[in-house]
Amino acid sequence: MATQHSRSVARLMMAPAVVLLLGWMLVPLTMTLYFSFKKYLPLRGGDLGWVGFDNYVRFVSSSSFWPAVQATLVIVGGVLIITVILGILLAMLLDQPMWGQGVVRILVIAPFFVMPTVSALVWKNMFMDPVNGLLAHLWRFFGAEPISWLSEASMTSIIMIVSWQWLPFATLILLTAIQSLDSEQLEAAEMDGAPVLKRFYHIILPHLSRAITIVILIQTIFLLSIFAEIFVTTGGAFGTRTLTYLIFQRVLESQNVGLGSAGGVYAIILANIVAIFLMRIVGKNLDA
Amino acid sequence: MARAVTTRRKSLNTILAWAVGLLIFFPILWTILTSFKTEAQAIASPPIFLNFNWTLENYAIVQERSDYMRFLWNSVIIAGGSTILGVIIAVPAAWAMAFVPSKRTKDILLWMLSTKMLPAVGVLYPIYLLFIRLGLLDTRGGLVVVLMLINLPIIVWMLYTYFREIPGEILEAARMDGATLKEEILYVLTPMAVPGIASTVLLNFILAWNEAFWTLNLTAVDAAPLTAFIASYSSPEGLFFAKLSAASTMAIAPILILGWFSQKQLVRGLTFGAVK
Repeated sequence: MATQHSRSVARLMMAPAVVLLLGWMLVPLTMTLYFSFKKYLPLRGGDLGWVGFDNYVRFVSSSSFWPAVQATLVIVGGVLIITVILGILLAMLLDQPMWGQGVVRILVIAPFFVMPTVSALVWKNMFMDPVNGLLAHLWRFFGAEPISWLSEASMTSIIMIVSWQWLPFATLILLTAIQSLDSEQLEAAEMDGAPVLKRFYHIILPHLSRAITIVILIQTIFLLSIFAEIFVTTGGAFGTRTLTYLIFQRVLESQNVGLGSAGGVYAIILANIVAIFLMRIVGKNLDA
Repeated sequence: MARAVTTRRKSLNTILAWAVGLLIFFPILWTILTSFKTEAQAIASPPIFLNFNWTLENYAIVQERSDYMRFLWNSVIIAGGSTILGVIIAVPAAWAMAFVPSKRTKDILLWMLSTKMLPAVGVLYPIYLLFIRLGLLDTRGGLVVVLMLINLPIIVWMLYTYFREIPGEILEAARMDGATLKEEILYVLTPMAVPGIASTVLLNFILAWNEAFWTLNLTAVDAAPLTAFIASYSSPEGLFFAKLSAASTMAIAPILILGWFSQKQLVRGLTFGAVK
């Protein structure tokens, strides 16, 4: 039973976290909004006054905007498709009885713990280098001409690297979900002679749907803002400039803060659209 | 008969799963192996897998040339500091929400989660500017604060889901026996909460260690952690595969080991309790 006294103590205990997060959210957000309505070039004259929605219009009408949207969608979509499909297959495989299950799990999960700059650089040099990379050796072994991955197949390369990083996350969550599946139901279906595919479509997939949704939403939020993987591989060249990277370049490289801030506001709106769906699911779970 | 079929199926599963597992792990294994080769062996054609002259010289060169220990120390301070600070702030909040819930608890939790969704790039310049004005650019203190703030929602959420599993009856019983609030927290709750807090610390240490947006953009020399140290290898100079491998191995080894202990918490922490 919560008394009046314990309620006020509780409020006091929550205060630091709430105040800090409120500040963390409001202060930079207000500043971004403020800058987005200004012509602001710190290295070339500083604050040059209010410009209304000019930055918002210029950001979307610049020639690099739509390619950046396309690059973002291709990377996020590609990684989602690969990690979800492979994740389901891998989770089902890992759920089977086998020897050394614990060790295999560790092997599969390991890439998630590799810092983004390391995985990007290791893939870029030791695997995708057109002369000395392992993939080049493999291509030559089969008599093919090695590919300059990061310039000729830049998007494929980035998607490969990022998928490698996120496959463990998808697998682990889907595996956790599969393990909560009632095995008697599956056995009964097996007894009744339901073929493997039917069992998958009618029992496993519906059971996984919530976990799949969660994987998609959480990964989308993280994938929309991948940065290091592009920063150390292509630096945004060869069509790999995502929305996040474009904003980063506007703000820090060309120091056009007004324009970059308008882009930032777009990015915030985009992320919030995804976030609303995620919050609904998480919120429902809280009531349960 | 049934037994024999099961064994056969189990063997097939085992072979397939190990093959896939090793394939996924291979880039890490290859990096570790290459770190012990000489530069010439690292790019030998065809590639050498195991029968090379194992050497530790790359580790010595990396340490000597770039002062690895300084970057490591920065990573430890930044990841450790932000985690500890975050937990100190989050424990009371999560405790209050789990044990004295009100109508607004759910809204507050969801709102906290929503701050985590704020794309970093959207607030890059304001934070950059504040860092310059406050003299925090390229300082460990500044990064500790920023990483604490971006991970605070996850810390609160994880602790909340753990605390909620502590049965309320135990608290009632303690209160019946005349325990004060202080005693209740110290002798009843703390022992039951320690495993959850430990898991939270572990996962958030890992997340902070690997964070690579703020650490790359807000550091230059003095406060640069391992993420930035590795990024400095992005412009190659001559033969450097073995050295890159040694540097990479040193950057990921501590976290790989910690990570293997935190598999279970990973799911709970990163799905905000939606999948357990």
